[in-house]
Amino acid sequence: MMQELSMNILDVAENSVRAGATLVEITVNEEPSEDVLSVTISDNGCGMTPQQVENVTDPFYTTRSTRKVGLGVPFFKMAAELTGGKLEIHSTVGVGTAVKADFVRSSIDLMPLGDINETISTLIHCNPLIDFIYTRRFEYEQMTLDTREFRRILDGIELSNPQVSKFIREFLAENTADLLSGRET
Amino acid sequence: MKNLAELQALRDDMKTKIGVRKDGETRMRIVVGMATCGIAAGARPVLAACVKEIETRKLTDVVVAQTGCIGICQFEPVVEIYDADGSKTTYVHVTPEKVPRIIASHVVNGSPVVEYTIGANAN
Repeated sequence: MMQELSMNILDVAENSVRAGATLVEITVNEEPSEDVLSVTISDNGCGMTPQQVENVTDPFYTTRSTRKVGLGVPFFKMAAELTGGKLEIHSTVGVGTAVKADFVRSSIDLMPLGDINETISTLIHCNPLIDFIYTRRFEYEQMTLDTREFRRILDGIELSNPQVSKFIREFLAENTADLLSGRET
Repeated sequence: MKNLAELQALRDDMKTKIGVRKDGETRMRIVVGMATCGIAAGARPVLAACVKEIETRKLTDVVVAQTGCIGICQFEPVVEIYDADGSKTTYVHVTPEKVPRIIASHVVNGSPVVEYTIGANAN
């Protein structure tokens, strides 16, 4: 089991990477007024057949050959269900996959979100050929990091360049702090 | 607060400094296992520590990358370092605290930290 939701998010996003996605969208949405925390990870990767979608929440199903278990999605599902929430997967072969987890925010069994910014900066750093759109929403306000915009501005300088990496980490930290400032989280 | 205008300024600054210099060749690759097993064992902070250490030391010819499950889940977090000649050293049970020493000794000075390798921890 993971210690943080953000590690689950990283793990599930790695599935999008392996699915050959060129665009991955990650949204973390908090609505205390509705007692909801929801996480969506969607991609334009190779997608799954209905049969695969059915199997993917089974811990003893995996397409890989290095080991016999596939725990990423089952862990995420368990984390959601422990709070009284649920996990949904929508997938179409050749179009992409969307995984959405709803958590009951006040549940005592809700895992801490953890360092979601490190999850995002790690994904960007390690996958220079993939674009990421990360949105953090709190009630009606939000912050977004869209690597397509970053790429346009950088004009050939890589997103994994150390100076750019550092900028991305600071961008995430500062904009998240601004979004959450003065709020009870 | 960081915004896109600041990114633009950073780009302009970098472009003037880089000039016509082409990026050099990669001398070494640091690869971190990032499958479910690695992530659950703490690979993300280890990778972040590698990235920060490379930045701090300005090691422009070293790349930090990720890989999937290496197949030795019980040894995660696992970090593999590929030297320029293609030889590989496998570090096991790596923590962010061990990273600066591995980078100073192995990546900068070419001397692997034997006590953190899989050979010294296989039993």
